[in-house]
Amino acid sequence: MRRARRLALEWLPAAAVFVGGIVFWEAIVRGFAIDDFLLPAPSDIAETLRNDWSELWSAAFFTFREALAGFVIGCAAGFVAAAAIARYTLLRTAVMPYAIAAGAVPIIAFAPITNNWFGVTGMSSKIAIAAILCFFPMLVNTMKGLTSVPASSIELMHSYAASELTVFRRVRLPSSLPYVFTGLKVGTVLAMIGAIVGDYFGGAPGALGVEIRRWVGIFAFDQAWAGIVLASALGIVFYGSVALIERLAMGWHPSIRGAGAE
Amino acid sequence: MSASEPVVSLREVTKTFQAGDLTALQSIDLDVRPGELVSLIGPSGCGKSTLLRVIGDLVEPSSGEVVVNGKRARQARQDGDYGIVFQDPVLYDWRTVAKNISLPLELLGWSKARRTERVDELLALVELQGFGGHHPWQLSGGMQQRVSIARALSFSPALLLMDEPFGALDEMTRERLNAELLRIWEASGSTIVFVTHSIAEAVFLSSRVVVMSRRPGRIAAIVEIDLPQPRNADTREEPHFFELVTAVRDRLREGGLDEDRTAPDEGELLVGEGTP
Repeated sequence: MRRARRLALEWLPAAAVFVGGIVFWEAIVRGFAIDDFLLPAPSDIAETLRNDWSELWSAAFFTFREALAGFVIGCAAGFVAAAAIARYTLLRTAVMPYAIAAGAVPIIAFAPITNNWFGVTGMSSKIAIAAILCFFPMLVNTMKGLTSVPASSIELMHSYAASELTVFRRVRLPSSLPYVFTGLKVGTVLAMIGAIVGDYFGGAPGALGVEIRRWVGIFAFDQAWAGIVLASALGIVFYGSVALIERLAMGWHPSIRGAGAE
Repeated sequence: MSASEPVVSLREVTKTFQAGDLTALQSIDLDVRPGELVSLIGPSGCGKSTLLRVIGDLVEPSSGEVVVNGKRARQARQDGDYGIVFQDPVLYDWRTVAKNISLPLELLGWSKARRTERVDELLALVELQGFGGHHPWQLSGGMQQRVSIARALSFSPALLLMDEPFGALDEMTRERLNAELLRIWEASGSTIVFVTHSIAEAVFLSSRVVVMSRRPGRIAAIVEIDLPQPRNADTREEPHFFELVTAVRDRLREGGLDEDRTAPDEGELLVGEGTP
């Protein structure tokens, strides 16, 4: 009971800001009679969400599936690549500078190219751009996790004559989990961006990015905004799910225990 | 192996590091007999930690012979003939205290029932009953180091290698753990090689203190510690204790090897040095 109250108090300021923000937005739009194409009122967006739910949802879910597939492929590839690169020092020194530099490259600019490579109207081009976006942060983070294991941790395992595979499974992997999850969380955001922006450059009819562009073209701004809101909500749920899995997988970690106990 | 045969036998052990042609150890000859507690003491960079790792086959000597339990060091490591304790307790945060202690037993393929039973014994031995379910970061530094000792003893190795295990602890905790180590040593019947910076610690614990010289690391002297067992807090007040402390200090000073000039944050050669 006390815990519930404390939790409520903790969340209250954030909830107040959310409600306040919505009210402020509504008031501005109504008070200054702002045109629909500049900014629709939250109440209008909510109404559109209600009325056109099935169309909106199917568009959003289509694009979410593109993002999810790209996320899985990109993160899996990033992880495997990191494990290989972490193992071979030569490979690491040869490849890492480029992997890190890739973080500064606006990979999203390749979206029209992946459309050419994998077909404009199919899912695969969007999956490809999402995967490429996820790949590098996953690679760099996992790599950092796998290689920043204290030397003494490894030395202890060597004193037991543990095999390399055992060291990986028992020490390197668990101790790199915080980094791996950082890579995954960044990946959820990038995958959504990749899929939607990929759609903007052309995609299957009924994909969210395609629909948002179409709605803007026919001045259906409330629908466009409803699509954006839905995409944002899915993105948050996506990120939140990975964060939840992180919590479950790393219940032992001081940062998580500490946060729970405070 | 007969009782009189040494647990550790070093002959002409030399270790040079390629980087900068550094000679870390030069012609080390040393026998450690069963049941002995031998301390290695010396100034920073004298190679005492390197020597400990050579015994454990974690660093390969450049030349010379290392025999542990009558076998080559490599074979002894593979057979699990020694347990090791580092200055940093090296506990895995994702494992509970009990699971940290039982890690070597898991690697050896012990059954769960046998592991649980053994962990209970060890928790009692290091006086941490009731802490098995805790995570390492919930424990104080001294308690963490006791967990580390329990883990090293878990599979009852004949030899315990300890690399400044109490170096990071405050003086009071260190003295308490010194006394506990002696009790554990007697209870387990292990042979211990113990690296330390502290003269008082070396004298209090050891049967013999091996004094090493500054680089290149050599054995400068071996001081027999004939204080009677069991030793306790009173031992530290005895005149003979002070005489022995003075004797070790004099050996360290000979040839300008004053330990006072050594910094505790030393760059002992092997930090980050690879494994075999």
